[in-house]
Amino acid sequence: MAIETQPERAQGAGGGLPAEGGGGRPWWARPAIHTAIVGAVVGYLLGHALGDYLTGATGAANQYPNVPLSDSEDWPIVLGYTLAIIGWLAGLGVFNDILRQMVGRPISGNGRAHQNSGLARFFRYELDHKVVGIQYLVGMIIYFCTAGLLAMAMRTELLSPVNHVFTSQVYIEIVGEHGTMMMMLMTSVIVGPFGNYLVPIMIGSKRVAFPRIEALSFWLTPMAFLILLSGFMLGGFPFGWTGYAPLSIQATVGADSYAVAFGLMGVSVALAGFNIIVTVICYRAPGMRWGRLPMFVWSMVSTSFLFVLAAPVLFAGMYMLIMDRTAQTAFFEDSLGGSSYLYENVFWFFGHPEVYILALPGFGIVSELIPVFCRKPLFAYKVAGAGMIGVSLLSFFVWQHHLFDSGINPDMRPLFMVTTELISIPTGFIYLVALGTFWKAKIRFRVPMLFCIAMYFNFLIGGISGVYLSDVPADTTEHGSFFVMAHFHYTIMGGLIFAFMAGIYYWLPKMTGIKLNEKLGLWHFWIMFIAFNSTFLPLFAVGDAGQPRRVFEYATNLQGLNDWVSISSYFLGFSILLFVINFVWSTVIVREREVGNPWQSRGLEWQVSSPPPADNFDQIPVVLSSPYDYGVKDAQPVADLHPPAGVVTAAIMSADAARVEA
Amino acid sequence: MALPARIVTLVVAFLAVAALAVFVVVHYFLFSPPTVTFGAGVTADTGATVHVVLQEDPQNTVSTHPDWVSYFIQDPTTHKWVHTTIFKVPAGSRIDVTIYGYDGCTPLRNPYFGKVTGTIGGVEYVNGKPYSQLDSWSACHVGHTFSIPGINLNVPMATPDLSATLCGVSPCTTASPHRTVTFSFNSPTATGTYFWQCRVPCGGGFIDGFGGPMQTIGFMTGNMEVVS
Amino acid sequence: MAASSAEAASPTARTGPNHGLRIFLIWLPIAVIADWLLYFVYGPHMPPGTMSTSAASQQFDIKVMSVLAAPVFAFVVVYAGYAFIVWRHREGDDTDGPPIYGHARIQATWITISAVIVLCLAAFGTYELGAFGQSSLAGAGAGEGPSPIWKPNGTPLQIQVIAQQWRFTYRYPQYGGFETTALYLPVGQPIQFNVTSIDVIHDFWAYQLGVKADANPGVNNIAYTTVEHTGTFEVRCDELCGLWHGAMFNQGNVVSVAAFQAWAHKTEIKLASVTKMLPAYATSYDPTTIAQLNKAMVKAGIAGANGYYYPPQDPVQP
Repeated sequence: MAIETQPERAQGAGGGLPAEGGGGRPWWARPAIHTAIVGAVVGYLLGHALGDYLTGATGAANQYPNVPLSDSEDWPIVLGYTLAIIGWLAGLGVFNDILRQMVGRPISGNGRAHQNSGLARFFRYELDHKVVGIQYLVGMIIYFCTAGLLAMAMRTELLSPVNHVFTSQVYIEIVGEHGTMMMMLMTSVIVGPFGNYLVPIMIGSKRVAFPRIEALSFWLTPMAFLILLSGFMLGGFPFGWTGYAPLSIQATVGADSYAVAFGLMGVSVALAGFNIIVTVICYRAPGMRWGRLPMFVWSMVSTSFLFVLAAPVLFAGMYMLIMDRTAQTAFFEDSLGGSSYLYENVFWFFGHPEVYILALPGFGIVSELIPVFCRKPLFAYKVAGAGMIGVSLLSFFVWQHHLFDSGINPDMRPLFMVTTELISIPTGFIYLVALGTFWKAKIRFRVPMLFCIAMYFNFLIGGISGVYLSDVPADTTEHGSFFVMAHFHYTIMGGLIFAFMAGIYYWLPKMTGIKLNEKLGLWHFWIMFIAFNSTFLPLFAVGDAGQPRRVFEYATNLQGLNDWVSISSYFLGFSILLFVINFVWSTVIVREREVGNPWQSRGLEWQVSSPPPADNFDQIPVVLSSPYDYGVKDAQPVADLHPPAGVVTAAIMSADAARVEA
Repeated sequence: MALPARIVTLVVAFLAVAALAVFVVVHYFLFSPPTVTFGAGVTADTGATVHVVLQEDPQNTVSTHPDWVSYFIQDPTTHKWVHTTIFKVPAGSRIDVTIYGYDGCTPLRNPYFGKVTGTIGGVEYVNGKPYSQLDSWSACHVGHTFSIPGINLNVPMATPDLSATLCGVSPCTTASPHRTVTFSFNSPTATGTYFWQCRVPCGGGFIDGFGGPMQTIGFMTGNMEVVS
Repeated sequence: MAASSAEAASPTARTGPNHGLRIFLIWLPIAVIADWLLYFVYGPHMPPGTMSTSAASQQFDIKVMSVLAAPVFAFVVVYAGYAFIVWRHREGDDTDGPPIYGHARIQATWITISAVIVLCLAAFGTYELGAFGQSSLAGAGAGEGPSPIWKPNGTPLQIQVIAQQWRFTYRYPQYGGFETTALYLPVGQPIQFNVTSIDVIHDFWAYQLGVKADANPGVNNIAYTTVEHTGTFEVRCDELCGLWHGAMFNQGNVVSVAAFQAWAHKTEIKLASVTKMLPAYATSYDPTTIAQLNKAMVKAGIAGANGYYYPPQDPVQP
């Protein structure tokens, strides 16, 4: 029985969430971002004092009377961060209902769902998935721009091989902050805004499975962002985003900000993934068979599985790192029985799935969008789904290609070479699907479509250069050089971020009812596309000419190329500035309404008004056909939004019956 | 919200973000310890002699890390000790260096760096006596090294006696137990920035040893700027 | 869905121009010319050059990969470019495209071709490692860890690379174990680099030699090469190792065997007094197990004195 559905009672008004209670308090006494900040500050001070007390730093320096063999400086920082996170969440009111339930009082509900439509709800622990989606969207743009500015600072330093803008210390801090911020926060760049906002609407559900977990996953990201940035105040960390031990153990307290923030983000994405998996499995409307699931939802599901399986490994790694730094456990210290290989393996066992976490949502968006702009069904739907599932499965079996030169078990190299190269087969499926969809299509070059095409182009270069890196002899030259750096910027920035932009131009009218300026969008696209390629294509040559990553000094004969790259990167930054201007201009100043279906899309999310009503659907819809049936004569509508009474109930009954029989 | 209110909010938000960004750039990114200039007025390549004076202390009580070992540089005009590790010398000159070693001994991770290289005559003078190498493992008398890899300079630093009570307040004065190391080298003719560092895990241990002061400019590592 | 692909019109069976043939005819010359340029014109100049056997094998791999990659890249770009020109939306045309859901034969062909390319590449890469007993390849210059499985013939010259923050030093165990910051290699003789670190992870990258091996604390990471031309080469640290990672580089020299012998003997004598200070040659230098260093630590009163140091017995090891 293909029809699976959700219990009707869970779909009542307010998405089953309690209405507002305990009102009447003035605004400043209600939990929101300002109380969260107070909570975080109080928590940090408490934790810091506790750490000082435990290590005896308040008395004579370096005596550690209470915690022998520990690092006096790390304890206060780590405990401060930990309590700051708890204080932040407590200030947001995350624990209110949990505590109320524990003592048997009725829950008041942070989810004053839909009761307050003002701007204030975006600054609260709000349980509506549409609010969380917008929160994520704005948050991700802020995080991306911050890390992007750091990248431009790096390129400024690399303008000259001998004259320095920053000291090497500041440079290495910026390198670490840029890399870590991008790699840890951009994991959610599409799952966060679009996954949370659109998946329930795309599958015909009024809600997500775990609204509290979903909202929590967002509210951990600002904390991770701030903790990571606070590393600058503690002297930064000198080990990039990979944090290889023992360098990360010997580093100063700035390294604690890295470990805590990265671990926290691991928790956030694991929670987000958990919610999306359960939502998609359990909350599809009747008729939303697996074979009708939009490609974007497939990509969200496969990404979420990677979240749930990979992020705990990261968390474990960061936990061991923190223990090594504070309690001096020596997990990664060779001379005391640990191994630096352990860290490398743990890190990349998370780290390689993570780069597919960054690629798959991009595949999902482009596969979702091209049928709309080609006015054709998606070519080889099952192959596309198989590609995503194949990529996510294989991604767990390739991590040692990061360690080809590390000296770890050489006899495993042929195996990891095969698995790494195998992963290009399912990735190739995404291209088969695209090329098939282009065949005899009526391609409309609107801004989202241009970003999709650019994503295919960029990812093609990124993917092909990745095959070089899977080959051990070729990798011996390219490992750790700018070649690798160019490769993964092509896949992540060229793939994920271009797809993210496509998603914004495409779905912002859906999410806000406001259209982005298309002319500015075209300018944004062309400058970004040209500047991106002009920035990163020369870096392949720079890497093959022997420039290692993360250096502040390089061979003088490479200055020409490096300068070209640096200047291009300013244009790239300018294009992002254009985007931000467009975003702010369109959503804050002009606010041109776009309530219909501007792309004539068949997607279920476009069948409801923009922005969607409070409960997404008045009634649970019955899905009748594929979202990609373009050009089909007398195609059925994609869904019946007002099914006759009893249809949904009957579907539930039959589904239950089928389950009982099974 | 009405349009004017939205615009005002936007402008305020923009100014706040811009101010924050400027603050971060100025306060964190462009921050650098002060530079002490030696041989001001000495023209390059005349073979003139420039005298550089440093001390290395077991702690740095004038910084936010009072328990970190640290170098100090003496300003040649005011003779005040400056908490920095960045100094400027003219190119192509003879640099006479005096370093007061106040910190206790630590064995070198790699005893190879007990060898003096890159100095004029291949020797250093410890309290006036020439040495071409110091064995940091057989006897405990090496505190740190002063190394400029760019010109292959490496000088192990002698320490006060093992039994001595080390100076406790930075910058130390010559009343505290110390050994004085002097040596000379020719500054390179090519101008530019040459980094210098210490090759002893200055925290004294193996894991944290190279962290902290070792990797913080202003403590145990810094820049020698060679100008024309 | 894809299952209904059989009933969907076959793209080539349609009337009108044969788009597939046209795309093929545009693609073919581009692919052939690109491959010819890549292999014969640019190929000999590809990184990392041919200074050593391992560099040459890496260059050959990069060449072969490029020859395979160029047609694939060209195909996607030519196809897409053709599609964007021929099948773009025309003003005033509001109809949708043909409802093609898939095409079983094309899908099968695509999957087969990509699988064949990929598996051939993997087999080729494995062959290039020297996995079938070609001693000249010997792991293609990559670090193979303490017990290498792909080795060259003959007795290689041993050179130990000791990485430390932020400098490489080199020991020559066959010449009395002297240690120096200068790196000299003889031409035409297999060389075994024993790469280790005494603090954090570094990476020994001799760019022109095509040698790259991580320097891990406590691990002897072995990489082989045979240098075929005299000259100089760059050594850089290729793994972020802290503050001065960017400044951790030096130059190596490849000289004739006679010149190398002369240099080695001269240096051995010159550095004899320094060599006496060094610990006995070992494949790795674990500070907690070097008796002399331990004694020195105790003498300095450092062991266990403060929280910065892990004394050897703490945490207690079984």
